[in-house]
Amino acid sequence: MLGWELPPHNSGGLGVACYQLCKALSKKDIDLEFILPYKAEHNVDFMKVTAAQPQGVAEILKSGIAYDSYKYVLEDGRVEWHDIYSQQLLYEHSVEKVVGSKPVDIIHAHDWLTFRAALRLKASKGCPVILHVHSVESDRAGGKRGNPLVREIEETSFWLADRIIAVSELTKQKIIADYDIPADKIEVVHNHLDTDNIEQISEVTDYTYLQHLRSQGWHVVTNIGRLTVQKGLVNLLHAAREVIAVEPKTMFLFVGSGEQYNELIELAAELGISKNVVLTGFLRGKAWRDSYAIGDLFVMPSVSEPFGLTVLEAIGYGTPTMMSKQSGVSEVIKNSLKVDFWDIQEMANQIVGAIRNESLRETLSLGASAELERLSWDSAAEQVARLYENSSGKKALAAA
Amino acid sequence: MKAIVLYMHVHQPYRVRHYTIFDAANKHDYFDAAYDARESNQKVLEKVAEKSYLPTNKKLLELLHAHPEFKLSLSITGTILEQLEKWSPKALASFQELVATGRVEIVAETYHHSLAFFYSREEFETQVEMHRNKVQQLFGQTPQVFRNTELAYNNDLAYWADKAGYKGILAEGWDSVLGWRSPNYVYRPHYTSNIRLLMKNYRLSDDIAFRFGNQAWSEWPLTAPKFAGWLNDDQKATNYNLFMDYETFGEHQWSESGIFDFLSHLPGEWLKQDGNTFMTVSEAIDTFDPVDTVDTPQTVTWADTERDLSAWTGNAMQQQAIRALYDLQSKIIGTGDLALIEDWRRLQTSDHFYYMCTKWFNDGDIHAYFSPYETPYEAFMNFMNAYHDVCFRLNQKGVET
Repeated sequence: MLGWELPPHNSGGLGVACYQLCKALSKKDIDLEFILPYKAEHNVDFMKVTAAQPQGVAEILKSGIAYDSYKYVLEDGRVEWHDIYSQQLLYEHSVEKVVGSKPVDIIHAHDWLTFRAALRLKASKGCPVILHVHSVESDRAGGKRGNPLVREIEETSFWLADRIIAVSELTKQKIIADYDIPADKIEVVHNHLDTDNIEQISEVTDYTYLQHLRSQGWHVVTNIGRLTVQKGLVNLLHAAREVIAVEPKTMFLFVGSGEQYNELIELAAELGISKNVVLTGFLRGKAWRDSYAIGDLFVMPSVSEPFGLTVLEAIGYGTPTMMSKQSGVSEVIKNSLKVDFWDIQEMANQIVGAIRNESLRETLSLGASAELERLSWDSAAEQVARLYENSSGKKALAAA
Repeated sequence: MKAIVLYMHVHQPYRVRHYTIFDAANKHDYFDAAYDARESNQKVLEKVAEKSYLPTNKKLLELLHAHPEFKLSLSITGTILEQLEKWSPKALASFQELVATGRVEIVAETYHHSLAFFYSREEFETQVEMHRNKVQQLFGQTPQVFRNTELAYNNDLAYWADKAGYKGILAEGWDSVLGWRSPNYVYRPHYTSNIRLLMKNYRLSDDIAFRFGNQAWSEWPLTAPKFAGWLNDDQKATNYNLFMDYETFGEHQWSESGIFDFLSHLPGEWLKQDGNTFMTVSEAIDTFDPVDTVDTPQTVTWADTERDLSAWTGNAMQQQAIRALYDLQSKIIGTGDLALIEDWRRLQTSDHFYYMCTKWFNDGDIHAYFSPYETPYEAFMNFMNAYHDVCFRLNQKGVET
């Protein structure tokens, strides 16, 4: 298994999805080795985790967010500066060395950063390659074409891969539309959220002030995610202005970091709603969990969301949700408000509706919780295991 | 007779610490950063006292002793007077020593270095009165001449100061206001009868305040004889209004630049010529008749090349923050809770809004030099979180916000 991140060193949903899938797969008769681009401690006992380079985790995560250069420590102690593109090249070559002569039956690679490594490994090992697509470049570019160098890697890899896993039907259709890949080569395996991964919310929230506001008749609308163009937050702020105009006691909480941080603060000021907008920056642990729980409504207005794990997490914490129709998670969750990402009026309309109707929020929450109970990573792992069998013709497997 | 009217402004704000939404409704210590933090008010004050206030006051006192003609004027905000009392009584005593010579005049202003004049006349007047009381208490003087925060000035302010009984008011001698006139005379503001206007000669003032240490400047190095020579060139001028931040000496211009030597030698050089002297702002106003009136319908300040309020209220963040704060006025005052009222007033200090300025954010210029925050956005978030906590405290008292 080739991947770019695992919790607790993840920048977003990708690392969580990889972790959960592997955990579920490990219960089958599959011998997994997960190769990361960095060296770090992981509390993982169900598979082997290998570092392709002795690189620290901070630089990898930072450069995954911006196209900047970061210091890179090589195996022999040399130091070089790399951007995200040259990092994935480095990873490609390091992976080949790390795998060496180990036996491999299946190569399973997550997102473009690991695709070249997967194909290089296929060339030397001769085993099938499965590419797992959590997002394509046009998703990350917020509907635009994105970086041509990344597109080149995605297109070539999709053509050369034996099988492709898409995290949603939406993503499958994007792969077909963007790269003309035959539909029957792509299988949809939805992400999930195991409810036993939902940690207990403690009695006392970290958001003392927001809790106080709620006691004064305020409502909190939460968004958690990277502050990046893909997430549709500019539209959400415009909708927020409409909401606040009719429901002034509404606070919009943005949790996460990203290149739009400053832009969103400025936009909120220009819209005249600074008093109703709070940005916390990146959070982990209790404060992060409390961010889900403090919300009367969780909103994910993404322009393009291949899956959207945060919605499942919000449901897990008992918070009703609104999501854009342009999201993978809308294929598996019915009990949610749904809106086209561009429809600011409708977005505002639905948020106001949820704020004003406790019964609607309760119904959404109960229904979604029931849906979440029925989903599990085990069924996803079952699908992936079958795919392994069909691709390799073997039952017991070593997967890298 | 020709006089140098040296006026220096002394101020430090209460900077807001890194204050998060998780602090709101839990801690009300907006201004108490850890000592090592960049926003630590105590640390900044101690540093500036060491680098600027103490050595400069020592020098000024020597000059007052050496030259009976040497005089100057100071404005000292309430917020820094409090900080001096707490963290550098020695520096405060050195200011008191200067004033005790009888040749140092204290200028009136708002206690909290606020822009209240433009948002609430009532609050503005309260802060001016607070400042007057503080100055009387610490220096035994009652200010006669007014300066508004950041030298922000317009016809309305002059009219107000005239009615309030001030004999003079200070303003930036910006070209668009002066037109063909020279700043080196006393003027009368339009629409007023008794008050006089002194306008900063920004070229000469900025030669000292901004350009002194700049080795790329064609006049570098600036010496006292050279500077006195420029002033002697103008035969008709009556008063050279050299207005600047006090921290020019030792902080904006470091000791290594030679700024203290310049200060030591300037009075001696200037007084060499007969008829040359120094005056406080009141003396200049009493001595020279106004030569013309000046009409200033728009607001001028002494900041940036725009010389307007855009450094404080130019972007939407600044406007949101300052508007939100002043919207609370009647509710805050209504509580009668002195601690809450004082925190609200400390948040009015103009520096907070200056830190949110994005005009030159990408150039890393003077705004960045004076800001304890990495970005204007960080300044804004800290401020707004403190604002939320102020709202919380109001709610606790049963006041809706």
